[in-house]
Amino acid sequence: MKLKTALLGAVCAFAFAPAAFAERGADGHVNVLYWQAPSTLNPYLSSGTKDVETASLVLEGLAGFNEKGEVIARLADGVPTVENGGVAADLTSITWKLKPGLLWSDGSPVTSADAKFTWEYCTHPDGGCAQAARYEGVTAVETPDDLTIVVKFASPKPNPYMAFVGGTSPILQAAQFANCLGAAASTCTDQNFMPIGTGPFVVKEFKTNDTVSLEANPNYRDPAKPAFATMTVKGGGDAEAAARAVMETGEFDYAWNTQINPELQAAMAGGGKGVFLNGFGTLVERIEMNMTDPSADLAEGERSTVKHPHPILSDIKVRQALSMAIDRQVLVDVGYGSAGRPTCNLVPAPEMFADATNTGCLTQDIEGAKKLLDEAGWVVGGDGVREKDGKKLHLLYQTSTNPVRQDFQALVKGWWEEIGVSVELKNIDASVFFGGDAGSPDTFQKFYADVEMYANNFDGTDPEPYLAQYMCDKIPGPDNQWQGENINRYCDPAYDALVKEMAATADLAKRSELAKTMNAMLTRDTMTVVPLVDRGRLSAASVTLGGVVLNTWDTEMWNAENWFRVK
Amino acid sequence: MTDISLDRAESQLAAIWRQFRQHKGAVFGLCVLVFLVAFVLLGPYLWQAETLKVSEALKVKNKPPSLRFPLGTDQLGRDMLDRMISAGRVSLAVGFIAMMIAIFVGTFIGVLAGYFKRLDGPLMRLTDMFLALPLIPLLLVMVMLFRDRIAGIVGPELGAFILIVFAIGVTSWMHAARIVRGEVLALKEREYVLAARSIGAPPRRIILRHILPNVVSPVMVAATLGIAEAIITESVLSFLGLGFPPDFPTWGRLLFDGLQYMQLYPERVIWPGLAISLTVLSVNYIGDGLRDALDPKARGR
Amino acid sequence: MLTYTLRRLLLAIPTLLLISLVIFLLVDLAPGSPASEIPLTVPPEVRAKILEALGVNEPLHVRYLLWLKQFFWVEPLNGFDALFGTTHAEGLQRIISYQTRSPVFPLIAERMPQTLTVIGTAYLVGVLIALPIGIYSAYKQYSLFDQFGTMFAMIGFSVPTFFSGTIFIIVFGVWLGWFPTKYDTTLEVTDWASFLKQLRQMAMPVMVLGLANAAAISRYMRSSMLENMKQDYVRTARAKGMSERTVVLKHVLRNSLIPVVTVIALGIPSIFGGAIITENLFGVNGIGAALIGAIHGNDLPMVQTLAFIFAILIVTFNLIADVLYGLLDPRIRYD
Repeated sequence: MKLKTALLGAVCAFAFAPAAFAERGADGHVNVLYWQAPSTLNPYLSSGTKDVETASLVLEGLAGFNEKGEVIARLADGVPTVENGGVAADLTSITWKLKPGLLWSDGSPVTSADAKFTWEYCTHPDGGCAQAARYEGVTAVETPDDLTIVVKFASPKPNPYMAFVGGTSPILQAAQFANCLGAAASTCTDQNFMPIGTGPFVVKEFKTNDTVSLEANPNYRDPAKPAFATMTVKGGGDAEAAARAVMETGEFDYAWNTQINPELQAAMAGGGKGVFLNGFGTLVERIEMNMTDPSADLAEGERSTVKHPHPILSDIKVRQALSMAIDRQVLVDVGYGSAGRPTCNLVPAPEMFADATNTGCLTQDIEGAKKLLDEAGWVVGGDGVREKDGKKLHLLYQTSTNPVRQDFQALVKGWWEEIGVSVELKNIDASVFFGGDAGSPDTFQKFYADVEMYANNFDGTDPEPYLAQYMCDKIPGPDNQWQGENINRYCDPAYDALVKEMAATADLAKRSELAKTMNAMLTRDTMTVVPLVDRGRLSAASVTLGGVVLNTWDTEMWNAENWFRVK
Repeated sequence: MTDISLDRAESQLAAIWRQFRQHKGAVFGLCVLVFLVAFVLLGPYLWQAETLKVSEALKVKNKPPSLRFPLGTDQLGRDMLDRMISAGRVSLAVGFIAMMIAIFVGTFIGVLAGYFKRLDGPLMRLTDMFLALPLIPLLLVMVMLFRDRIAGIVGPELGAFILIVFAIGVTSWMHAARIVRGEVLALKEREYVLAARSIGAPPRRIILRHILPNVVSPVMVAATLGIAEAIITESVLSFLGLGFPPDFPTWGRLLFDGLQYMQLYPERVIWPGLAISLTVLSVNYIGDGLRDALDPKARGR
Repeated sequence: MLTYTLRRLLLAIPTLLLISLVIFLLVDLAPGSPASEIPLTVPPEVRAKILEALGVNEPLHVRYLLWLKQFFWVEPLNGFDALFGTTHAEGLQRIISYQTRSPVFPLIAERMPQTLTVIGTAYLVGVLIALPIGIYSAYKQYSLFDQFGTMFAMIGFSVPTFFSGTIFIIVFGVWLGWFPTKYDTTLEVTDWASFLKQLRQMAMPVMVLGLANAAAISRYMRSSMLENMKQDYVRTARAKGMSERTVVLKHVLRNSLIPVVTVIALGIPSIFGGAIITENLFGVNGIGAALIGAIHGNDLPMVQTLAFIFAILIVTFNLIADVLYGLLDPRIRYD
């Protein structure tokens, strides 16, 4: 499937959106539960999913993504492509046209100046914009007239749908935020909590980290939408309590991220009050192998740095054996149920970038793993643990605190012990593990362990920046305050060359091929990254709520204007 | 000389024991506690869980109690009886030792502050400070500073144990200190203490002979509460990554893990919940009995 | 007593300053970073920029002194402005939370009502249940009532709130459907119907917390009463022909209150501090939920401010307890 044709198709599909209801506000009130409540409604100040998702009810970009990952127009009058001339043939600019007659919720017209202002707002050097990555490489935003926006790039951009596209990059009203540039951003509490937008809803009351009360936008571009007159977004509790509030007590119509154990999922779904919705994106739970030596005997500053290769895991056979011993289907059944599926890919989606042939790891092979370890010279010692040159095959396996991850740790430990590997487990509070504090020994970047497990994904549909994380110069170390993204300390000049080639390639087929090659280098060929589970999103919706489509490429509130009450 | 005093001490102990035995609740409490301790100490010799491969264990997951698994199995097919036994050993040890540290430190500071006017100000301000410190950052800082160092000296498991006991002790002595101080403030103005002081008895003796026996009852309550709190706090610590490695069960942790399966398999929370409650209940009754037994007036009756 | 109180109040100032410094150092030293809230998809350069904009990279003493100035000067000025419509605080930077990028004090004010209503009621209910139970169980030691009270108390404090809360939700929320499982903070009590609604949504968190509070306080009350029932003065009073009622409720009770007052005074600051687990479980979203959220997000200004307010309350209520000791037992002298 060619992306461009898909995009055109999406534009058409959008035009035929079914009109299941006739009148704005006719269906009364809808209750939504985000158990992690939004702390602000300005996604440029906080990149947390909870903030971006709720903000997307109010703020919109020029375009967004649908549930298939295709670009759809929102404020723009169609999606610009190379074919329709909207994207320059040399890929250095994209020209958007606003829909005519668009109004902000306060009644003033939406103009191209608002888009230009938004770009200035996010790229202001003192602002600390959380979405700066969406505007990377943009050299100028030009506004030839009130409805035309031209985004210029420093170099050819094979994926021009970054700035102003998706929930993470909406357009702010220039008039409202004019005094909030740079360091002044945090003095604009009213603006950040109650932004004026173009989306289907308007903020009526904002209680930080607690409740957002919204009502239908009187100036929404489709006079028949939204069907709900008011909406409450409530926070607090955990995933289980959230699922219960929709599936068992029916107090809420929709609950975000209701990741609970598969058995409870099944029991709740049997109640008939609601349904679980799941959709798959790019989030992959994986085990990362440390290619460097994390031994505590090394001096601080030398531990887990490229100076010392890992004494055990540098051997590819050991890494392969460890991967072979894992039964990924069991992990899915125990931890995620319908919200997960086993995978061997680091890039499991979108379809054109995912390598469907990389499935070798899906079958567990304990005997094969044992054989590989034998070949690598690790022989079983007296206590059942393998040894080589007097050294035991002992690994420290760390992850963040989370019931599913602790179950995974127990299972993987069991399998690895079956092949003669001794495993020590460690769990770390998530705020420390993911905190990146250079002073703490327990961050996932420092990686003072042999293997570690967590999940990661990429923003949008283009895996290029994600794959570029594994370049040699992105290895975390004391010289960059442990801030690199190449957690495994993987370094292969051939891989770096491919990353550079991809950055210079515009042809989609070629890009897809490059992405697949890099994905295979990291997973199948070297087992540096050991993918376990392709994790979907799991949310719960009441059976009385219609029009909900779970979207993993944009926010879950992406089509809230189409929601209605099933009568 | 020594014989006589030994004799007297013995008869006193015997008298206390006699009184203690008459307290039905206390005897019941002692029996339950002895049973729990025997359960966790002798359990591993009496009950040997099967060592199953992961794939075999998964076939028997979420089983109700049966002859093969007397307490059933958990979501990964692990034998709950086996887990309860090893969890109990940790929980009981942590609960008792941490409680004793907290009670000892609390009583010590409380008595000093209550009895010696000059120490009252500084010690109580210290108590205020400890009460005000946010617990979680305090614990996280303690892990960061000490975990690797202690683990380096005594090994990861014993290291974790020492750190947990120490962390709980350090963060839970303040209530006992304030309560004891309040009592001591009142006690030291009582006639018998004034009398002892007027005949020139040294403070150490007054405190040991006259003050301490009279603060026993609130301290006993604090101790009972302390055990329950220490067992639960331990499970919180495990979540911060401060506690034991994740494959190391404790009662508090089993309770927390069982929570999400409560509707489907209620026994998963009943076992650890019952064990914690029984421990607390038995300690409470023993405390009741001890207080009565130690009280000369009650003994006379 | 008055001079003692005044001296203690004066002493409280350096004490609180020291406490604020210790809290600041502690939170700063803790091994987390506001960056843990930022998704992994955000590249390191952007991450560094965000942290810089928050002011995380300023030296420690600069941040501490700035906080002191903001807490003791800018925020009171803002309060003054809000009251009298003046503009003294214009242009002065307030304490800004890292998580919300907005001033901390309005956030705290927003959460105060639900915390005081729910946690305060729970505490009151707890004390009101505990005192009679404690007194009566001591008076009729080893009676059926006492045994039952003991069982109740033991279960009350050996069952953590995360456990009792979940049971209540399943029983009363899911099976019986009596009470809502989520607390609606936007509900305004204007008439009888909304008052009933408020009662219903408060019921479960109040029960959970009230149970835990009542359990502990009743045990202290009982043991202290028992201790005093055996004293000579009780026998004397009875011998003098005083009624049982006067003996128990006037003499014994008064002398037994010292440990109970201590425990209650220690508990009151925790009303303002909220009950972290219970608030979170029922979506009450008060101060406790704010504190735990701020700690997880390493929102230093928020944690620091909340912990410091908490410290002020602790110092105040412990002082009140000390004054009460003197009133309950005139023999206690501090001078």
